Amino acid sequence: MSSGSLLPLILAVVLAPLMQAVITRTKSVLAGRIGQPLLQPYRDLWKLLRKGAVYSQTTTWIFQMGPTVGLASVILAMGLVPFGGSPALSGFTGDFVLIAYLMAAGRFFTVVAALDTGSSFEGMGASREVTFSALAEPALFLGLAALVRQTGHLSLSPVLASVSTVTWRHAAPILSLTLAGLIIVFLAENARIPVDDPTTHLELTMIHEVMVLDHSGPDFALIQYGAALKMWLFAAIIIGVAAPWHFGNRWIDLGAALGGMLVLGIATGVIESSMARLRLLRVPQLLLVAIVLSALALAL
Amino acid sequence: MNQLINSILVLLVLTGFMLLSSSRLAACIRAIAIQGVLLGILAIVIQVGQLSVAGVLLPLSSAIVKGFVLPWLLFRAMREADTVREVEPVISYNLSIIAGTAALGVSLWLGHRLTLSNQPPSSLLVPAAFFTSLVGMIVIASRQKALTQVLGYLALENGVYAFGAAVALRLPILVELGILLDVFVGVFVMGIAIFHISREFDHIDTDKLRARTARL
Amino acid sequence: MIALLIILPAGAGIFALFIGSDRLRRILLLSTAITQTALSITAWMVPPAPALGGWLAEDALGRLIETLTSVLFLAASFYAVAYLREERRQTHSDFEEGFLFSNAREASFTACLLFFLAAMTLVAVSQQIALLWVAVEATTLASAPLIYFHRHHRSLEATWKYLLICSVGIALALLGIFFLAVAATNPDGSTIALMVPDLRANAHRLNVPWFRAAFLLLLVGFGTKMGLAPFHTWLPDAHSEAPSVASALLSGALLNCAFLGILRVQEISVAGGIAGFSDKLLLIFGLVSMGVAAAFISGQTDYKRMLAYSSVEHMGILAVGVGLGGAAVFGAVLHVINHSLTKAMLFLVAGNFLAVYRTKNSTEISGALRVLPVSGVLWLVGLFAITGSPPFGPFLSELLILKGALDHGQILVAIVYLVLLAVIMAAMAAPALAMAQGTPGAHISSPPERSLTLTIVPAMLGIAILLMGIYVPPVLTRALREAALVLG
Repeated sequence: MSSGSLLPLILAVVLAPLMQAVITRTKSVLAGRIGQPLLQPYRDLWKLLRKGAVYSQTTTWIFQMGPTVGLASVILAMGLVPFGGSPALSGFTGDFVLIAYLMAAGRFFTVVAALDTGSSFEGMGASREVTFSALAEPALFLGLAALVRQTGHLSLSPVLASVSTVTWRHAAPILSLTLAGLIIVFLAENARIPVDDPTTHLELTMIHEVMVLDHSGPDFALIQYGAALKMWLFAAIIIGVAAPWHFGNRWIDLGAALGGMLVLGIATGVIESSMARLRLLRVPQLLLVAIVLSALALAL
Repeated sequence: MNQLINSILVLLVLTGFMLLSSSRLAACIRAIAIQGVLLGILAIVIQVGQLSVAGVLLPLSSAIVKGFVLPWLLFRAMREADTVREVEPVISYNLSIIAGTAALGVSLWLGHRLTLSNQPPSSLLVPAAFFTSLVGMIVIASRQKALTQVLGYLALENGVYAFGAAVALRLPILVELGILLDVFVGVFVMGIAIFHISREFDHIDTDKLRARTARL
Repeated sequence: MIALLIILPAGAGIFALFIGSDRLRRILLLSTAITQTALSITAWMVPPAPALGGWLAEDALGRLIETLTSVLFLAASFYAVAYLREERRQTHSDFEEGFLFSNAREASFTACLLFFLAAMTLVAVSQQIALLWVAVEATTLASAPLIYFHRHHRSLEATWKYLLICSVGIALALLGIFFLAVAATNPDGSTIALMVPDLRANAHRLNVPWFRAAFLLLLVGFGTKMGLAPFHTWLPDAHSEAPSVASALLSGALLNCAFLGILRVQEISVAGGIAGFSDKLLLIFGLVSMGVAAAFISGQTDYKRMLAYSSVEHMGILAVGVGLGGAAVFGAVLHVINHSLTKAMLFLVAGNFLAVYRTKNSTEISGALRVLPVSGVLWLVGLFAITGSPPFGPFLSELLILKGALDHGQILVAIVYLVLLAVIMAAMAAPALAMAQGTPGAHISSPPERSLTLTIVPAMLGIAILLMGIYVPPVLTRALREAALVLG
């Protein structure tokens, strides 16, 4: 894949916070509120970037490095994910393994940074994060493996490029199982309901948010932005499978994919508004279901 | 057609996992009800092209019995016994799901090994049937509520029925009706037993029944 | 004629549900049992025509089991009538834990007895394998309420175990029947009907791997019902909690019916010359059952449970006999009769002990010979018979099976078989003899007024056992030989 395109990366970098805004707006509308403006996430990021950072005396350089590495790894991973018919910036055999491990690297540094604070709350959040991601990872891999097996390609760009409405017609069960598995992973990895509640203010029940409690100012902006990008990345893969229209014109394809992202954002908002968060003990079960779904897709 | 059969089978497998992973008895009963209906549809779809009146009516009545009548009975038993969920399974729900995955692997392996003289229309048919039976056995072995054990028995029975459909078995109508009647009366009698158990023990935990297991 | 054998008890069962008067219902039970036995015996002289397009037909094996079932049912129904008359009281106090409980309605008990008979008869005369399955499952459903006659938690537990374990086993047997149907499908798409005669005639055309899998599943499925270890776990509970008359029928008649299910498949595998596999399985399961029974009989203080485990043992002996083939098969079929008569008698006698001593613990019983002279003697007769002592029937059949093992050079099987029999004899004799001998406890004053029927019925069975040991009538020998012939 030499003829990579910068377009997916640029779109992600620009539009990622917007997707979070769509989810928030959906939840507001469903709750009967007007909701914050769609550009609010950008304003928040701008506000945070202008502030100064406060560092606890017990923290070290690891704590300061966490957000940067986290964001960098997501951006790197983004470079491997195609979007709306445009191939990714780069691609090679087995690149989806790299994607998964770049995400894991980012998570590792976030976790280490959280542990570095020495706070028991953040340690708790870190332990939960690691537990759940350990379960989400096989689900992600099995799901991607099912796609690889179905399409016969070993790199994410051609895999998603070759999923089409025709594929859906003769392998609907496999694709829908993969999709269901990926959506659970999407919800879990991005700390959404029913796995985690991004808006909760009870440290005891939080998973992801509790880990980053001590970060402030620009560091927190990087974390927020990294989270937005990560969500965009998973959403892009899901939309690549769920909305595989290839009209021939790359701009129409791109528009369709963006429309898909919008729908996924709204759907996530609807899920968040209509479901309660699972008890922590039940979360592994949900992730196991994701593994099972993906494994079933692979086995078919 | 093949797509439809495959979709039904995938749903069948998913209901199996639903049965394994849910602690709510209502959800489990619903899973079994869905299985019953799915199997009825499957049995009809599979013989498209050589449909007969009996070939439609029998699966239809089986779907009605397994999809509506028995679940209704079980829901009644559930209300009478005043239980909502299986509280402490012998193996946890997570382990049950893992066991289910293992069962799926075994079923797929078996399905690939067995050679049938008349190939079923989908390679997933025999594995899905075995899987459903295995789920039934896992549930029977690992749950303590009498009601859940009945559900396991029904899943086992459903798996056997699915296998019959898979190999396009043509049993005489009388026998098919007899089998259906046996399952119906069986669950009916078990329902009565559950009612008595709930009255006798105030709850339907079969584990509490084992006052004398030590003596065997 | 054959259909009548099933319709009669089934119809009587339905009637029994609606009869209000106890007297009339008991008369109905007795008259049905007598008619049924008369019909069965007539069938020996005038072989009935097959019915339902050959689905129902009597062959030698089916007729043996059918007649045995109706004779035992006759004995049981006389006993049951006397028993029900004594159990008329509204509430009873439990002698193990002291709480009060009531009995099931007599109407439903009688009706279930009759349905049970109908289902067992259907098993015996069914030539269609799937119909046989339907009938075996029906026996489970009809007999479950019999176990739950005494309405208390222990019998309820036993009923639940029985229902669930047997239903699961039977579901596996259904899978086995489907496998059999696959084995009976030829590569060209034509199928062999699932009828025993058709399958036997075309046995060489069966797909062997599928048939083996089918045999294994059917053995596990019907073996569960029959009480072969390790699927026997329902049996001790059910037999010890059911009223003795129901235990007698379960052990004496029901287990045979389940065994018949296995024999039908064995017939097919013998006819196809592929019995090597099934013989081996039967031998293994048989010896395991005997071993498990020996282990659990040793130190067993509940005498009804002891009898139940003894049933497991004898089912093992039957499986071994059939698995050995040749002369042993004749012995096994003969042993079916001997075991049924002996075990039924023992359970009925145990029922008498239970009524007088009000305990199931054998260590709390002594001096039965003084308190209940006839029952005490019958108990000893039954004990000697069931452990295979001459001159009773079981001795003869167990010897024939041993001879079969030696004839086939299965020395190891013969040794294990003998050792297990000896262990079981020793384990059973100690508590059983202690129950009969000695002086009765102080609280057992004089036996309350009890119906004479309760001792006459087991006494008749005892005489039959003795006769079977001394003289097997030629007509029976001929039938046994014919039955054994199709089983290799």
